[in-house]
Amino acid sequence: MRLGFKTLGDIAVAAMAGAALTACASHPPPPPAAPIGPPPHEGGPPPSSGYEGGPPGAVSRGPLPGTEQDFVINIGDRVYFDFDAATIREDAGPILSAQAGWLSHYPDVRVRIEGNCDERGTREYNFALGARRADAVRDFLVAHGIAAGRITTISYGKEQPIDPGQDEAAWAKNRNAHTAIVQGAR
Amino acid sequence: MSTILPRLGALGAAIALGLAAALGAGPALADITVDVNQAAVQPLPIAIAPFGGEAQGAQISAVVSADLERSGLFRPLEPATFRQRPDVGVVPSFDAWKAIAAQALLVGNVATGADGRLSVDFRLWDVYAGDQLVGTRLTATPDSWRTIAHQIADAVYKKLTGETGYFDTRVVFVAESGPKTKKVTRLVVMDQDGANPYYLPTDPTAMVFAPRFSTRRQEITYMALRPTGASIYLKNLDTGREEVLGRFPNMTMAMAPRFSPDDSKVAFAAEEHGATNIYVMNLANQSLKRLTDGLAVDTSPSFSPDGGQIVFNSDRGGTPELYVMNADGSGVHRISFGAGRYTAPVWSPDSKLIAFVKQQGQSFSVGVMAPDGSGERVLTTSYFADEPTWAPNGRVIMFERKMGDGASRLWTVDVTGHIQREAPYPVSGSDPAWSPLLH
Repeated sequence: MRLGFKTLGDIAVAAMAGAALTACASHPPPPPAAPIGPPPHEGGPPPSSGYEGGPPGAVSRGPLPGTEQDFVINIGDRVYFDFDAATIREDAGPILSAQAGWLSHYPDVRVRIEGNCDERGTREYNFALGARRADAVRDFLVAHGIAAGRITTISYGKEQPIDPGQDEAAWAKNRNAHTAIVQGAR
Repeated sequence: MSTILPRLGALGAAIALGLAAALGAGPALADITVDVNQAAVQPLPIAIAPFGGEAQGAQISAVVSADLERSGLFRPLEPATFRQRPDVGVVPSFDAWKAIAAQALLVGNVATGADGRLSVDFRLWDVYAGDQLVGTRLTATPDSWRTIAHQIADAVYKKLTGETGYFDTRVVFVAESGPKTKKVTRLVVMDQDGANPYYLPTDPTAMVFAPRFSTRRQEITYMALRPTGASIYLKNLDTGREEVLGRFPNMTMAMAPRFSPDDSKVAFAAEEHGATNIYVMNLANQSLKRLTDGLAVDTSPSFSPDGGQIVFNSDRGGTPELYVMNADGSGVHRISFGAGRYTAPVWSPDSKLIAFVKQQGQSFSVGVMAPDGSGERVLTTSYFADEPTWAPNGRVIMFERKMGDGASRLWTVDVTGHIQREAPYPVSGSDPAWSPLLH
């Protein structure tokens, strides 16, 4: 498939479940994200900010710390935006703080922030809007101590939705910035 | 390629006054005219006799008929009702054509010359005046028979409407396939009537968008999107050779390219740190000039036909609106003031109008306004519309439409908004751009 998104569907499923878990732990729910399939993770609630290692508890199952799965499931790799907005929402702050904490813990990791939009806009405007969203997340991570050189951004506009639906629930999911690990995960 | 056939005999120059009055014709170029500016056009009944001679004759006249019918301005009559099979070299019996209420008659003949080329003679007659309006010979290689047909349709259109035609043109667009979440995009070039579609090879690891024709060269520019960034390409349609337009180390995304009318420059939008601004690259020396500044989104630049101005989309005022500036970036002023969000502006080839998309509530419209922002008119509204592009005569706009089933289709609408057609392309298509007239 194009753009190297072979696992986009899988990641999206995990991300939605991960976001839901994270949401339950500490902050308002993300956009109406009906869980898709069973949660892939049975450990305790993930840290909502900072990162101190793997899931707590003497015996637990889950992704190995420092892996891409760890990031996606325990931190959350996607934050959501309001219509035609690129402002970091209140519910996105803790997730991005956790991303910054995790990235500080694993300094070899490099990420690409991918800005996305819903389909209720024209193509060329949405490319620019998605870029603005990606840049807002980049700025957040840099402000929280992540070296700018570890981050690249891209906008997919409305061309890579994670939910093919044609309703507000789908559009809310598709207005997002995805933090993709491109290098350095364990 | 074309020669004017001599007029056949001295026909009476009787003016069919009743006819012209019935059509509400303005200044008459011929005795019969189609007024393209009329609110709701009554299509002109025209008899297009199957062309005689070589086997391609009937194919050619069928393509002419389809072109004229699709314009919405003509109503080709059913050939089965014709009472005579006219010879292009003989003055028709007009009574036989009046009897089926044909107001114009097109006859033609196809021969193969000693050099193997097709030679097509055709004449357009004013049935009621008994006048020959057009008499021309076109020659071409046999595999170019569709081109000849489109040129004949253009000649008929021009004679009867007074406007330049648009049938001998092509469209480049994006063919979409695969599920929405894993969409595959490819560039397709086809004739404006959907014939002869072919894929343009592009890097399969990139998504491709925004193909646009140059004005005079067999060349397009387009945007290729990869995880590492978005770049603008120039591609020669004859040789297939392509090149990246410049290298912009600080710009992650270069997008929305469009040639200047003289093909000497490409205007585009580029994103840097979340801000998108408009640039112009001089193709001769690759020099780059930044035209807009600031943190807003400035995108979708489109030159005026004289190259002196650029209309673009900006949200510098809080919501997406249309702005016009001089081609050097000076004199920026807003031209859209209605309710809704305005995007995707394109200047018309005759310089009189700017087409745009307007988003209001849950619907999207294609509309036009004068370059000073006056006279805004919505032409068509649907679940989704995007990427208007002008036919070279400025009478018809092609655009991308979704009806709600999720698939993008190419549609056309004329500038009155009364004539809407789905473009004859069988699968999902988006992001169209119309070529200039080819000949």
